[in-house]
Amino acid sequence: MAERTPWSLSGALRGMFAKKTIDADTWDDLEDALIQADFGPQITEDIVADLRAKVARYHTTDPADLQRMLREGLEERLSRLDSTLNLSARPAVVLVVGVNGVGKTTTIGKFAKFLRVYDRSVLIGAADTFRAAAVEQLATWAERAGAEIVKPQAQGQDPASVAFQTVERAIATGTEIVIIDTAGRLQTKGGLMDELTKIRRVIEKQTPIAEVLLVLDATTGQNGLAQAEAFIEHAGVTGLVLTKLDGSAKGGFVLAVQEKTGIPIKLVGQGEGINDLTGFTPHVFAQKLVG
Amino acid sequence: MATFGNLSDRLAETFKNLRTKGKLSAADVDGTVREIRRALLDADVALDVVKDFTAQVRERALGDEVSKALNPAQQVVQIVNEELIRILGGQQRRLEFAKKPPTIIMLAGLQGAGKTTLAGKLAKWLAKDGHTPILVAADLQRPNAVTQLQVVGQQAGVPVYAPEPGNGVGNPVTVARDGVKFAQQKLHDVVIVDTAGRLGVDAEMMKQAADIRRAIDPDEVLFVIDAMIGQDAVATAKAFQDGVDFTGVVLTKLDGDARGGAALSVASMTGRPIMFASTGESLDDFEPFHPDRMASRILDLGDILTLIEQAQGAFDEDEARKLAEKFQTDTFTLDDFLGQMQQLRNMGSIKKMMSMLPGAGAMKQQLENFDEREIVRTEAIIQSMTKAERTTPKLLNGSRRLRIARGSGSSVTEVNQLVQRFEQAAKMMKTVARGGMPNIPGMGPMPGLGGGRGKPQQAKKKGSKSGNPAKRAAENLAIASGEKPAGAGAEAPTGGGTGFGLGGRKPAVAGKPGGPTDEEMAALQKMLGR
Repeated sequence: MAERTPWSLSGALRGMFAKKTIDADTWDDLEDALIQADFGPQITEDIVADLRAKVARYHTTDPADLQRMLREGLEERLSRLDSTLNLSARPAVVLVVGVNGVGKTTTIGKFAKFLRVYDRSVLIGAADTFRAAAVEQLATWAERAGAEIVKPQAQGQDPASVAFQTVERAIATGTEIVIIDTAGRLQTKGGLMDELTKIRRVIEKQTPIAEVLLVLDATTGQNGLAQAEAFIEHAGVTGLVLTKLDGSAKGGFVLAVQEKTGIPIKLVGQGEGINDLTGFTPHVFAQKLVG
Repeated sequence: MATFGNLSDRLAETFKNLRTKGKLSAADVDGTVREIRRALLDADVALDVVKDFTAQVRERALGDEVSKALNPAQQVVQIVNEELIRILGGQQRRLEFAKKPPTIIMLAGLQGAGKTTLAGKLAKWLAKDGHTPILVAADLQRPNAVTQLQVVGQQAGVPVYAPEPGNGVGNPVTVARDGVKFAQQKLHDVVIVDTAGRLGVDAEMMKQAADIRRAIDPDEVLFVIDAMIGQDAVATAKAFQDGVDFTGVVLTKLDGDARGGAALSVASMTGRPIMFASTGESLDDFEPFHPDRMASRILDLGDILTLIEQAQGAFDEDEARKLAEKFQTDTFTLDDFLGQMQQLRNMGSIKKMMSMLPGAGAMKQQLENFDEREIVRTEAIIQSMTKAERTTPKLLNGSRRLRIARGSGSSVTEVNQLVQRFEQAAKMMKTVARGGMPNIPGMGPMPGLGGGRGKPQQAKKKGSKSGNPAKRAAENLAIASGEKPAGAGAEAPTGGGTGFGLGGRKPAVAGKPGGPTDEEMAALQKMLGR
């Protein structure tokens, strides 16, 4: 892998924490850094106000304390929700949803591999029958991960029927985990969002859905919240997946998403390699973010 | 999104105490500038750009060049809008074609920005203009990107040059170079080279992009960027500018509800013009970029100034005053209801008017379902009533309703719905006029409207049931307010504020489905009072 700048605020914060004392500039710099990490004006103001109060309470003037408090504060906020994947049902059906181009298909490939490492049998349903060559892309990933795949029988088949067939086959063959890919859709497209509801309904005729994962791109800005709200309403999202964290984006908006919606982040994707997907740990995330 | 309210709302809040002032003081401007800063940050405009921008606005707002015709809030909005357009549209330009064909266009951008889809759209658009484009599949990274490009090419009716199968096999630089040669031989006049998505921080991949660029010497390098991108837009754009030095920008996924502040960031940080906007999943959803529309979108402003003007022109002042009085004295009749609606029609197409409203972006779907003719039908029903019936709707018994239905060519159900809507509207307006907060399901703002009016179309769409989000929202709202949906005949009885201009319109300005707030009501009364 090529040499990469770490995706962290540390660059932006370094100058600030290197100073001897906390002064007015420190607060401005902190605010700027948080905004540039896509936390959004609201959360940024909250965090800064919170830190100001803490600094006043402990009478500290050392920027190192501030750094620690920032890290701990973020960690605390991030770890309020349980980020464990709930896959104990058999078959455990995982529906993967999201807007276009966030990395749903890639995430599924990596997730399948992740599960295969723990020796779970995995069946993937290619219910993205809309985008050109999405099925082929998914098939390549399934092959790499060593997972089975159910493809649509015809071009442009109803995605709900593909989902149904996938679950049906998983039940018949006793496969442990089913992952269903869906076509990317913008949250403003009412018709397409209803299609998701339908896919959900159809799957639930056979077995309850274990997880609905919403894939969010770390480069997304404040629109991430709107995406999450719409998908929660129509698809009943139970967990978030944050992708493309290997870039220069920090994905600060997920904090707002997590706090506003109460849906935890469950997985993070950090690269194009098949092993670049990990569970979400608030401690590591906060550590990397703040440095 | 309406999560934080739109800028015009916030400015109205800031200026609540300044209505009588003709000129802005430095303190007033500072308060406003803070709001603008926040609105821009909410729209994902890069922080540095926001800082420069607000400084500029502040300077102009304190200067003397402000128009006397507008109130302070409007003045500031106007300045902001002009500044935005200046940054976005300063250097708009078209594609530059090579003197000696083929013209080579290279696409570059992050993963998932929409490059491959865009390649198809661009090819189709060029083909329509009489060019003979060819697509070159130089994305050999992503699994089956080549196949995707082939399918897209087929849909666009454009040939695709794809010698390598992709999936990590083959050298993209060679493919790009050969692609251009191939195009020369086959006399294609435009070559569109699709490249793999790459992160700005991935030095190796950036070098590869630079190598492709060197190998084919493109006439245009288009940087494809997702309208939803956040603060990272600047870092990414700069990385691509250093890496491949793009000549123009394409903004994709503009059909979502992202405000697209990134457009502003990229345009102002790199000095490269935004040339195209991609607005949907079909290959035809592609158009040259319009700076003015983008400016309004970033601020979630709507074309509020135009709307104000039109409203002032169309609403008869005396009429409005009389009406306000009627609300208060509880003598609002179906005649007034009809008059209201006719006034509303004078303002021009409802659809057009609503699309000018702030926050309308999110309501596109509902707008699509809105049927203008519904107003005509409602008019017909009211006009089929006798004078007595119009003033005292209580008279309307079963046989009268049947007569009215026959007379207006509608059904009894429709008459019932109208009466119901009227009663809700009257009740609501009474509450508002008395200064109370209305809590009436009829106020279901846009969702209610889409649901109520969209009914004829819904009926055609088989089995949509509660699948229509607009309708579902309306129903939920009704349930939340403790009112039962009134039976089968009234598919969307909650569309109360609908045919009734003010009811439907005002909450729409708020752009959020929570019922209007005090200021909005104040604004409504102000408008009525004009």
